[in-house]
Amino acid sequence: MSNIFTDTFAWLADPQQWSGSSGIAVRLAEHLQYTALVMLIASAIAVPIGLYVGHTGRGRVAVVAVAGALRALPTLGLLTLFVLLAGIGLMPPVWALVILTVPPLLAGTYAGVSSVDRNVVDAARAMGMTELQVLFRAEVPNGLQVMSGGFRTGILQVIATVSVVAYINLGGLGRYLFDGLVLSDFPQMLGGSLLIAGLAIAVDLILALFQRLFLSPGASAKPDRSQPAAVDLTDPVTAEAVVQGGTS
Amino acid sequence: MAEAMIVFENVTKRYQGGQPAVDALSMSIDKGAITVFVGPSGCGKTTSLRMINRMVEPSSGTITVAGRNVSQEPAARLRRSMGYVMQSSGLMPHRSVLDNIATVPRLNGVPKAAARKRAAELLDVVGLAPVLGKRYPSQLSGGQQQRVGVARALAADPPVLLMDEPFSAVDPVVRDELQQELLRLQRELAKTIVFVTHDIDEATVLGDKVAVFAVGGKLAQYAAPEEILRAPANDFVASFVGRDRGFRHLAFNAADAVRLHPVKMVQSAERTVADGGPGEWALVVDADGRPLGWSSPRDGTGLVPGGSLFHRGDTLRRALDAALSSPSGLGVAVDDDGRVAGVLKAAEVLALIEETRQNREERP
Repeated sequence: MSNIFTDTFAWLADPQQWSGSSGIAVRLAEHLQYTALVMLIASAIAVPIGLYVGHTGRGRVAVVAVAGALRALPTLGLLTLFVLLAGIGLMPPVWALVILTVPPLLAGTYAGVSSVDRNVVDAARAMGMTELQVLFRAEVPNGLQVMSGGFRTGILQVIATVSVVAYINLGGLGRYLFDGLVLSDFPQMLGGSLLIAGLAIAVDLILALFQRLFLSPGASAKPDRSQPAAVDLTDPVTAEAVVQGGTS
Repeated sequence: MAEAMIVFENVTKRYQGGQPAVDALSMSIDKGAITVFVGPSGCGKTTSLRMINRMVEPSSGTITVAGRNVSQEPAARLRRSMGYVMQSSGLMPHRSVLDNIATVPRLNGVPKAAARKRAAELLDVVGLAPVLGKRYPSQLSGGQQQRVGVARALAADPPVLLMDEPFSAVDPVVRDELQQELLRLQRELAKTIVFVTHDIDEATVLGDKVAVFAVGGKLAQYAAPEEILRAPANDFVASFVGRDRGFRHLAFNAADAVRLHPVKMVQSAERTVADGGPGEWALVVDADGRPLGWSSPRDGTGLVPGGSLFHRGDTLRRALDAALSSPSGLGVAVDDDGRVAGVLKAAEVLALIEETRQNREERP
């Protein structure tokens, strides 16, 4: 008995697939390299703009409009356009992916900074912090939770879409999808997909761990007693009342 | 006259296209005293406060602190030279209590260890347990957060403290506590404190001087609290200080002369005929002589909760309130250890008030 699932498993378990210059190990490394390169460039663009807009509130409307418009661009179309304009090579597809990755990072950074309680920012300024100190000692540390949410969304998106660079003869795990498609080798396609999904989950877990280690427990402490929730569900009496539809 | 620390000269703040928030304010704030800005919402009291440390820039006019024009100083440095306490504690959520208190010294370049050591001392000054230093602000109660806010403002030992409705978000009991703590601290530290509140009671309790602001950013009266209650400058001030101002004014007269009477005391609310039976109110006390409540003359069973207590050295206002709030009509006076010292009668307190008033009229 042989079906696509057992074949895929056999493909993944075959040691030969993992070694060599076009083995899974190399493809994984390539995939991570592309992802890192895209994230690096996109962060270098999105984070400063996001911090500026979040801190000053200036250009918020423009940023939201541009970020929304960029998100609507079709990945494959953009990739083809860049290759047609700039030729084969590593950078054209990377730029195309950067354009698609900037919006979530920008939105995350901006949202992170502006999510910080205005009273905290006001107090920081009244203590005598300069604007840069307000940004890096009050807004960033307290907005980091929301910001890292944007970063994780962005990196997941890149890990998934960086596969398309294989379309223009670059490496990465996307190779298995395009090669498999051409050869009608479905176990290879499915195997490649599973690898990409596995990689995305693994990276996200690692980032979640980092978030836990480096975020101040105070910045994410819940519940915040200074701003009590309208209904405190941890209080058994209130919780019961809510469930039963009111306190009579 | 006391030395002036902060001087407003013809200061106006006008937000874009609107009515002035502060209108040609000229006043001088005494050094080493508590000056309270009080007024209804939108009277410009907070704006005036925030112009002192340039959190708000005046549209015209000048403000000097210790003789120096604030607009000539870099804003960040100016602000570090003044403590600031706000309504919502404004503590940094990501920093421990100690590190929050150490904020300004750290900005001034004090090494971390020294700043934390100073922070730990301040924790004690504001009456918080050392163990709280390692907590985060969200793990504290509202009252504790405000204490940390005060400690943070004091950390760099600034000569001036600006306090923007610091106690208005805590419950009345805690607010009373914090007010007394502030007065105690001020007796030791003698800072120049500018305190904003909308509560006239708080203003009269805390202020050495009270500035009443009217809507539109005009200073309606600037005087000692006793004078504001006794002689409001105009109808606005009179209506703002409220109908109870006659009663509140009693808080400025000591009740040392009030007579204390002995009272029948019992150890239990369950009275028997052997105790003399029902017939008159009896004060129920514990083994140490501290009051627990009253035993009613009608049935002699069950403890009736007592009214407010009069402590030695309290004011006429407390004395009268003790008598009026007591179910027996007898105000309970206690000594420093909380033991019953006697009872006082409302009629006698009123007589004393009348006597005080006559004495004042006879004085030149």
